Amino acid sequence: MLQLIYLTTLLPLIGFLINGLFGKKIKNEKIIGIIGSGTIGISFLIVLGAFFQTLALPVDQRQTIVNLFSWIKAGSFSVQAAYQIDQLSLVMALIVTGVGFIIHVYSIGYMHGDKGFGRFFAYLNLFIFAMMNLILADNFLLMFLGWEGVGLCSYLLIGFWYDRKFEKSTTSDAAKKAFVVNRIGDFGFLLGMFLIYLTFGSLNFNDVFSRAASLNIPTYVFNFMALFLFIGATGKSAQIPLYIWLPDAMAGPTPVSALIHAATMVTAGVYMVARCSIIYASAPAIMTVIAVVGVLTAFFAATIGLVQNDIKKVLAYSTVSQLGYMFLAMGVGAFTSGIFHVMTHAFFKALLFLGAGSVIHGMHDEQNIQNYGGLKKYMPKTYITFLVASLAISGIPPLSGYFSKDEILWYSYANGNFLYWFIGAVTALLTAFYMFRLVSLTFEGKERFGHDKHPHESPAVMTIPLIILAVLSAIGGFIGIPELFSGDHGNQFENWLEPVFKPAQTRLAVFGVHSHAEEIILMVVTLIGVVGSIYAARYIYIKNNKPAENLSKRFKGIYNLLLNKYFVDEAYDAVVVNPMVKGSEKVLWSFADVKIIDGLVNGVADLIGRISGSIRKIQTGVAQFYALMMMLGIVVALFWIILSL
Amino acid sequence: MNIPIDYYLILSGFMFIVGVAGVLTRRNAIIVFMSVELMLNSANLTLVTFSSYLGNSIGQLFVFFVMTVAAAEAAVGLAIIIAMFRNKLTLNIDEINILKW
Repeated sequence: MLQLIYLTTLLPLIGFLINGLFGKKIKNEKIIGIIGSGTIGISFLIVLGAFFQTLALPVDQRQTIVNLFSWIKAGSFSVQAAYQIDQLSLVMALIVTGVGFIIHVYSIGYMHGDKGFGRFFAYLNLFIFAMMNLILADNFLLMFLGWEGVGLCSYLLIGFWYDRKFEKSTTSDAAKKAFVVNRIGDFGFLLGMFLIYLTFGSLNFNDVFSRAASLNIPTYVFNFMALFLFIGATGKSAQIPLYIWLPDAMAGPTPVSALIHAATMVTAGVYMVARCSIIYASAPAIMTVIAVVGVLTAFFAATIGLVQNDIKKVLAYSTVSQLGYMFLAMGVGAFTSGIFHVMTHAFFKALLFLGAGSVIHGMHDEQNIQNYGGLKKYMPKTYITFLVASLAISGIPPLSGYFSKDEILWYSYANGNFLYWFIGAVTALLTAFYMFRLVSLTFEGKERFGHDKHPHESPAVMTIPLIILAVLSAIGGFIGIPELFSGDHGNQFENWLEPVFKPAQTRLAVFGVHSHAEEIILMVVTLIGVVGSIYAARYIYIKNNKPAENLSKRFKGIYNLLLNKYFVDEAYDAVVVNPMVKGSEKVLWSFADVKIIDGLVNGVADLIGRISGSIRKIQTGVAQFYALMMMLGIVVALFWIILSL
Repeated sequence: MNIPIDYYLILSGFMFIVGVAGVLTRRNAIIVFMSVELMLNSANLTLVTFSSYLGNSIGQLFVFFVMTVAAAEAAVGLAIIIAMFRNKLTLNIDEINILKW
């Protein structure tokens, strides 16, 4: 199975080619759906096989390199197309293929009857191909191939309904925004990659990381490396200052939001930071930057999520906020907790998006939660699974989100400081509040939709994936029960990943001594707060809407600020986009291009025209003048010959 | 009686200069044409002179070539002049200046 790992990228690629090239001819949705999701299903089984095979190996031999072919060879520079199977990439690969497969199956129901059915599955398969390359790569360049590939697929899928309106513009504008913002991040990734090659003379992970651990390299080099790579991560994983594309990415079909913009692609940045943990561990200043960016992103996105009315927008800001948690974990050196949260988040956030998709499907493309209400009696399965996911993301024990989030909060206090923990805990309360605001407004209370809507439960092909994900969201946390509860054999998930992060942990060595008592106190405080805010949300949005209205009236300024997402988009427009557009128009186009470049070319032509215009007067047309010139020429030539004799 | 070679060459040079002056200064196309012939014949005279002086017949042979070419050229040239006259009703080459920009 380990040697077959290349099939996990090859099969989706084949699926992409079949559905992409012949999807229009096949027409039969069943065949397209089976090809599309079957390839991912088989990939999942292969990864599962590889996982158990690796599990059977001794701990120090759990890294396997599968060499495919020599990709680039130029002088001393060589890059292999090789896959690295280790504890970290296996976790990610299981998430991507497993959750990916479930979402593919769900899409068969969700995209039923869409004219781009084949195209949709082709893009999804291409995405899995790119994502698997990103995860399994054993060098930075192959990782970058996947990194760019997922960006491309994200662009294609956000703009999938290219003929539809989205907010004030079109879905293609949202797609372009995502692509351009991602490119800014990719630029940072490229710079980081150049610096890594310059410093270590290789792009291979094992070479680079072993040299990073052993060679004596000044800290500022590590700082730059870590910072550049982190800029790449902020683009891909939607962190401040580049998070603005993710809410707009909701223009795409809902399964896309679940797969790409919640479960997998956006966690690529977290994975990359975890993969380069030794580089980050060598750059403590940048670790602090990551922690601060992460915690601020978590907090600000959560506050925006409080007031949004589009069901997918709430979930989008929730995703940004949860990604902030993951980066907080990375920033305080709790790499395993971050990856653990990647996994549990993939379960419950994919479930939330798919549930939202089921609601949107049942409500005939209505997305405003103010126009929902009382849906639980129409779609019970969607309601229950959605509720499980909401409890999980809020961090109610013993659901999965509780274990991962609590671990992050604990480490942010233990390795970081009280402020990280405090902002993180407040964010947890906000998360519980906006999630239960969403649940209450959607599924409970009075029906606020018109009689023209006939909400109905989705077909089994959509609800079964929901149920599977709900089970995973519920029990997924048990593989990472913290040491506090599990006793001697400790955190299973941490034990599994530990060898990957060992060099980084050795270098960091910042773990203060903290007692279990502190851990329990913080845990209980957070938990009480979360339960309290769930009750508050249910009370306000089901029974008595007055407090919310009063608050929004009294703090109109803040409410508008949140409703308009802190005007960040407007600020970016004013500071970056408009100056760029105006600058290009007024300076680069009207002046530099028209005046200088065109002027230069036209000026040369004009000059030649003028000179030849005066010189051509010599051609008088009088034959005798020509004869005279000939004679003079001969005389001069003769003189020259005679004088030189 | 033996005439020195200088005389021949001086005569030939004089004829050539007369020809050049005729070509450059006269305005009547036929006279210009005749001046060209004069230049050709001055060259012929030089060839014959050197041929006899050096006792080598190649020079005389060359003269025949020149004469043949000149005859052909005269035929073509006169034809052009007639064609031109039919068009412009003049042979003044100052007025025939269509070969310009």
